[in-house]
This record gives sequence, structure tokens and C-alpha cells, in this order.
Amino acid sequence: MAFDLKKPTRRQMLVGGGLAGGALLVGVSMSGPSRRERENAIAAEGGEKFVTTWLKISPDNVTTVYVPHSDMGQGPITALAMMAADEMDADWNLVRAEQAPAEPEFANESLGLFITKGQTAPDMLAGAAETLWYNVAKFMSMQITGGSMAVRYTGQHGMRIAGAAAKEMLVKAAAARWNCAASDCEVRDSVVYLKGKNRSATFGELAVEAAEYSPSATPTFKTPDQYRIVGRPTKRFDVPGKVDGSGTYGIDARPEGMLYAALRQSPVFGGKLKRYDASEILKRRGVKKVVELPVGVAVIADNFWRAKQAAAALDIEFDTGGNDAISSASIFEGHEKALQGDSTEDVEKGDAEGALKNAAKVVEAAYRVPYLAHATMEPMNCTVWVHDGKAEVWVGTQDPLGTRARVADMTGVDYDNVKVHPLLLGGGFGRRIPYRSGFSEFPSEIDYASLIAKEVDAPVKLVYTREDDMQHDAYRIAVANTMKAGLDEDGNPVAWLNRYVYKDEPAEAPHIPYAVENQSIRYVDNPTPVPRGPWRSVAHTQHTFFNESFMDELAHEAGKDPYEFRMALLKDKPRHRAVLQLAAEKAGLGKPLPEGRVHGIAVQQSFSTIVAEVLEVSLDEDNRPRVHKVTCAVDCGRVINPDTAEAQVQSAVIYGLTAALYGQITIEGGAVTQGNFPDYRMVTLAETPVIETHFIDSGEALGGLGEPGTPPVAPALANAVFKLTGKRIRELPMSIHDLSPASGKFAQAAD
Amino acid sequence: MPISFKVNGKEHTLDVEEDMPLLWALRDELGLTGTKFGCGIAACGACTVQVDGTAMRSCSVPVSYADGSEITTIEGLADPDADTGGLSPLQQAWIERQVPQCGYCQSGMLMAVDALLKENPQPTDEEVGAAITNICRCGSYPRVLAAIRDVTRA
Repeated sequence: MAFDLKKPTRRQMLVGGGLAGGALLVGVSMSGPSRRERENAIAAEGGEKFVTTWLKISPDNVTTVYVPHSDMGQGPITALAMMAADEMDADWNLVRAEQAPAEPEFANESLGLFITKGQTAPDMLAGAAETLWYNVAKFMSMQITGGSMAVRYTGQHGMRIAGAAAKEMLVKAAAARWNCAASDCEVRDSVVYLKGKNRSATFGELAVEAAEYSPSATPTFKTPDQYRIVGRPTKRFDVPGKVDGSGTYGIDARPEGMLYAALRQSPVFGGKLKRYDASEILKRRGVKKVVELPVGVAVIADNFWRAKQAAAALDIEFDTGGNDAISSASIFEGHEKALQGDSTEDVEKGDAEGALKNAAKVVEAAYRVPYLAHATMEPMNCTVWVHDGKAEVWVGTQDPLGTRARVADMTGVDYDNVKVHPLLLGGGFGRRIPYRSGFSEFPSEIDYASLIAKEVDAPVKLVYTREDDMQHDAYRIAVANTMKAGLDEDGNPVAWLNRYVYKDEPAEAPHIPYAVENQSIRYVDNPTPVPRGPWRSVAHTQHTFFNESFMDELAHEAGKDPYEFRMALLKDKPRHRAVLQLAAEKAGLGKPLPEGRVHGIAVQQSFSTIVAEVLEVSLDEDNRPRVHKVTCAVDCGRVINPDTAEAQVQSAVIYGLTAALYGQITIEGGAVTQGNFPDYRMVTLAETPVIETHFIDSGEALGGLGEPGTPPVAPALANAVFKLTGKRIRELPMSIHDLSPASGKFAQAAD
Repeated sequence: MPISFKVNGKEHTLDVEEDMPLLWALRDELGLTGTKFGCGIAACGACTVQVDGTAMRSCSVPVSYADGSEITTIEGLADPDADTGGLSPLQQAWIERQVPQCGYCQSGMLMAVDALLKENPQPTDEEVGAAITNICRCGSYPRVLAAIRDVTRA
């Protein structure tokens, strides 16, 4: 079977089926999701991008699914295996799944060669624990786990095809064996049966013969009513290792002879090493050497604590490069100035300026949000060993292949000689993508670990302290906007104007689903030297806060109920209406609540999933908002694993709630003020509301679930706080605002 | 001065600085990496172990404090005699409820909850909230509570 990998003619195609140590191997390559930036980058190289999925059936009838995504607890490894196994009609008890490691010898080309030219399968393919990694170096950015895309792209367009194609090959093998038509066979639980006869063969028994057939690129799929695995709550493969301490995270890597590194780096962004004197700390117990980096010094020791203590004691000075003049205040001043200058079109519909002039009532507001750190529980770390012209990397990353490329660049080791061992991630949320939008010149822990490893004759594990992690993140950007809307005499919005700072991904995040005839949504930029990167739900975090809070303002100004106001403007959006209605019904919106409690609502579509949330909120004795209950309605098309789906929504809500209540990274003197959890507070168990999640099985295209629960939390909370206090919260977090009754009345009077 | 203690029933003697936090003695000296580093200042609970049965945040406990004591880490929480495949009932409940997401905080979470339930086998929700201040960025809290309820109501 020959497959032209260079000029794919269809969106999905099978790249190969074949034998590997007596096991059937089926893989699919596919076009990836259309995230504009990467698409452009790849198109510029004249290629197409691929994400691949692989199945292996072993003689013992075990099907192993290799998933090219990182599992940060969001469950793609299990969910994607479910999708493949269901199409195969495999026995779930005989299915295993694991993350595909990045292995250069199993690159796309080499696998293609082995199949097309009949070369012997590499020995590694025979071992159950070993695997292959489909990889085209120039497409590597498509191995990223982000954008809530695992299920809806890799699963939908890769796993299902691989599973269905494998099943067809197995059936053909059985039919040949029994000299019957394929239609005389049926498949149940990893066994092919001859209908009406007492004959059967397991997948494992048929694997060798099945490998004789070419996998179809257009296999027949099951219909949803035939699903037996998809849609059922299924336990994740990774959980047992997370309750007994056996799971190995990046920070747990311990290659033989490993040393530890701690950093002392310029606290000011863009700062450089000026001078240092390591003579004192080199006398300390266990300290082996220091390594100069452009931004500071790494201390190498035989124990991380020794390295960290020595780094803290190091006599060192930095050159701030003038960046110490930057502060949150100066950044927001720059934003305000930029917002008054020339802007670039995002959406222009009708005549927004004209409609605003003729409106019966004009509403104006300005919103802003601060920088946010990711604060994954596992601080950043990376272990690199450079030896004999090779580099080995142990890390938990959202992008194994991107990491590999980065290490190759930083160490000077040839890409093919870099081996990445992907380990568990102690949280990701966008932080563990070794790639910073627009600011690639900002180095990361992976870069530093690589530079350090070049200077040390042993594997070195660089670990960030919590302070390093919080002060050298790639942050959710601090941004601002100005909004104007015109209402007609009946209170209907006729004009919507939004000027915002920074066009981020996803491109549609600033857009509104509401039927407002005249819209002018435009953006400006105000670059700052603060590193930025994707943060759970990316630009939806700020824009949903802006738009859904402002919608509430408009409802209030129109004298209408915020729910009814939205429903009327969503008359052409049945899916939005359905989730809003379901959330409202389940929350008992409009029904009496316990004394002192109110409801706040918000809705947002992100990553093709629509989520409406109703928050039940009161003020506590210290006039701080207390969220008692969050009722979520979610339309993600179809739920693959209801158990992880619910967990993801809960997770996204709590992540969003922490940000809305407390999340704030401030810059003073060019550096981050906050250093550790006491300064960057987190919601804990005691503050966790009851979270109810209701899914709508719309059968629409699959949407993501890792992120979409986050965006509606902040505006729903702010809208509830307005009801409670009369105070409109136009800047996050909530903790910076005085919500005492006196301040509320004052604000209301001023309104 | 050598420091001796038992970890999960096994005797260890370490020749390390007295002020080295127990966390780094466990992780870097003994290779017991199930206990996690989160903040270094006893603010997050990822490093929680039990010292003579009491939950302690090992990043802020000098190793000398543990001299002569019996330490239990996540690697020692399992009960080989339990009828749940060697896992403790708490660990089993964690699997049944699919509590962990990224899982990084769960070693500390489990050690803290285990200690709480030994001291107070039937805590109210408020008592759980007051005692379990471990930070989980994935927001596993609703399931932590549900799993605790499975065990305390069993």
C-alpha cells in the first residue's frame, strides 16, 4: 500500500496499516484544527499539518491506543481511546491507552517506509509498553494539547477513523478465513463472529491476516445509537497512579547521576545578568558549580534544596535594561491611550456610529482585567541531559514535539538526536506550551534547562521555586476596553461598539451572539515586555467578562430582566437559547431564594461549546461575595465520557471563580509583585460552591470541554454582585472592590 | 549529625543538614517522589505527610524534627491487607469517584484527609473545609468531598 504523504488529497487519510511484531497497527493522519496562527506558519512552509492517532492490536487480543495528547487530568487519553474502541467494537476491558512518546525513529517517514517498502518493523513496536510517534518535524506545532481540541479533532477525525478502519480490516480477514462475505460477519467485544454459525476469532487471532489489507480512508462509522462505550461514564487510565504516589510527573524524573539546578534570575522582565560572585556559595555543601545564563545564574547541586538555598544567597546584580519603569499602572495608561487612537476592524456591521447617534439612550462603560498567572500545582521544571551528541529530556509538557524542537535549538543537538520522555503534567492550563504568542524571545524553563545541561556533565533537573513560577510565567494578558451601546425607545440595543486592546486567540472571542443590527468591534495594540501566553480559555476570559457584564448593564438600563433580555436577542440562536433556558430552569431562576441571595447569569460559546452558568451569590459578614451554587448548562454536541466531562466543567468553574474573586498579578518596577499562594489566593474546598452540570445532547459537531466552563463565571458573579450591592464591577478581581452597603449606595447614586 | 526515622515502616539514617526540609530529604535523598513540592512555605499542602500520625507540610518541617519519628507518605498509605486490592478505603474511594485530575496535589490531599479521618471519623462539611486547606488548581474539591462522604458513610 502506498500513501503519498506529501500531497494529501483529503482531509483525513490512513497513513498505514501494517504488522509490527505480530500486532496489527493502524494509523491515521489528519488535518488539524484551524487555529489561524499556526495554520499560517505551516502554510508558509508549503505543508499541511497533521495530528495522528494509532492503534495496535496484539496477539493477546489487547488493543492499545496511542494518544498524541498530553493528559493534564482533562482525560483525553481515556476519551480518545473510547472513541476508537467503540468504532472497533472492542471489549473495553481489553483496551489500554497511553500517551504516545516523541520518538524520532518512528517519524512519519520512517513508518511509511517500513510499510511501503516492506522493511522490518522496528523491534520497539513489538513491546506493549513501547510505541511509535507519528511525527513530521515541520508540523510539530500541531502536537499541542490546547484549544480544547483533543476530542473534537483528534478523536472525531482520527480515532474514529482508525477504529472503524481497523474493524473493517479485521472483518475482511475473518471473511477470507471463513470464505464468506464480510456482511456475513459481525463484531462484538473484540471478537469477529460468523453470523448464525458457531465460528469466531478474536482480534488478536486475526491481527496478522488483517494486516494484509489496506486500511480504508473512508470506513463506515457507527451511528450514535450504536455506541456502547462512548457516552458511558468511564474510569480514566491515569487515576490509579495518582492515588498511590506511583505516577511520575516531570518534577519526579530521576535519571541516574542527576543533579539539581535552581535559578537566580532577573526579577525584571527583559533584565540581564550584570555581575555575580559565586565564590562563597561554591563552598557550600553539595554545590557543584554555577552556570551563567543571559538572565542570571543557575546553581547546580546534588539536592534541590541545597541549590535553591545557595541561589538565594548568591551575590548578584542585574541590569534592568530600563524595564523597571514598567508597572501595571503604566501598562493600563498605555492601554487607555491606545484605545483613543487608531483601531483595526474586527467586526463592522451596519452603521454603529450612526445608530448610536440616533439612539434613545446611550450606555458607556470601560472594563479591564489584570494579568493572571497559571499557578499550576507542579512548578515548572525540566530535566535535560546532553551527552555524546545527544540530548534527553524529561518533562511534562503540552507539546512534546515542540519541546523537542526547542531543546534542539537551545542545545545545538540535532533534532533527530533529541529524545523527549513525556511525563505527567501537574497542571497545564496553557502554561506548559513551550511557545509564547508574539513573545518567543522570552525564554522558558525548557530553554534554561537546555542551556544549563550543555555546561554540566550529568543530567540536570531545573526546578522553579513557586516564586520563580509565579514571577516568570507567560501570563494571561492584562487588557482593557471601552464599550458603548445605543438602546431604542423600547430598550432594544440598536448599536454595539467595543474598542479593545490586543487581538488574541480565538479570533471570535470578542464577538457577540446577540442580534444587534449595528456593530463596530475594533482593536488596538499596546505591546509590553511582560510575557504572555495562553491561559485556560485564552481571550474568552476577558471578552466574556466584558461582553456579558455589559449585556447585564444594558438590560438594567432597558429596565428588563437580564435573562429575558438575552433570550430576546438570541432569537436566531436556538442552541444558546436552549442552554440559557436549561440553566435557568435548573437553577430556579426567578424563584424565591434564601434571604440575601441572588442569581447572576452569563452565557458564552467557546471552542464550539456553549455554556450558560447561573451563580447563586450572597455577601458574607465581611461584605465579600460568597458563591453558594453554580448551575451549568452545556451543549458540547455530544458527551464522550460523562464522568470526565462533569469533572472538566467543575474544574473550569473553580478555575474561573478563583480568577474572578482573587486573581491578580501586578507589575511594579518591571517585576511581578506576587510571589506565592498567600499573595495569589486560590479558592479552597471550604469556599467551593455546589456545582451542578447539565448537558444537552444536541448531536451537533463536537465541542471542547477543557476550557468552556471558565469564561461565564466572572461576568455571572459580577452581575450577581450588582444585584446585591448596586455596584457594577468593571474591573477584576472582586477582591479589590469595597462592596460594603455604603459603597454600593454611593455607586448607585453615581450611576 | 545523623538523623534517623522510619518512613513507611522502613528505617533510614541520613547525614544531612538539620535544617533541610523533610520534603527534600524524602524526595531528593530517599527518592520518594510521591510527596510533592508545591510552594515551599506550607501554603498549599502538596507536600503533606504524616509524622507520627499527624498531617504535616513537609516543605516546612526541618528534617531534624522528624528524628526518631515514624513518617507515612503516600507510598505508605496503601493497606496490603485491605480487600480493595491493597489500596486503603480512602484511595479506593478516590478511584471510584475519579477524584484526581492532574493529580499533583492528591498525594498531599489524601495524606491530609487520612489524618483528619483518623482524628475525626465523622467530620461535618464545615470541619472538612476547615481542616483540608490543600490547594487543588484543577478544582477536584467537589469530588474530594464526595469521596470523603463515601468513606465516612460506609
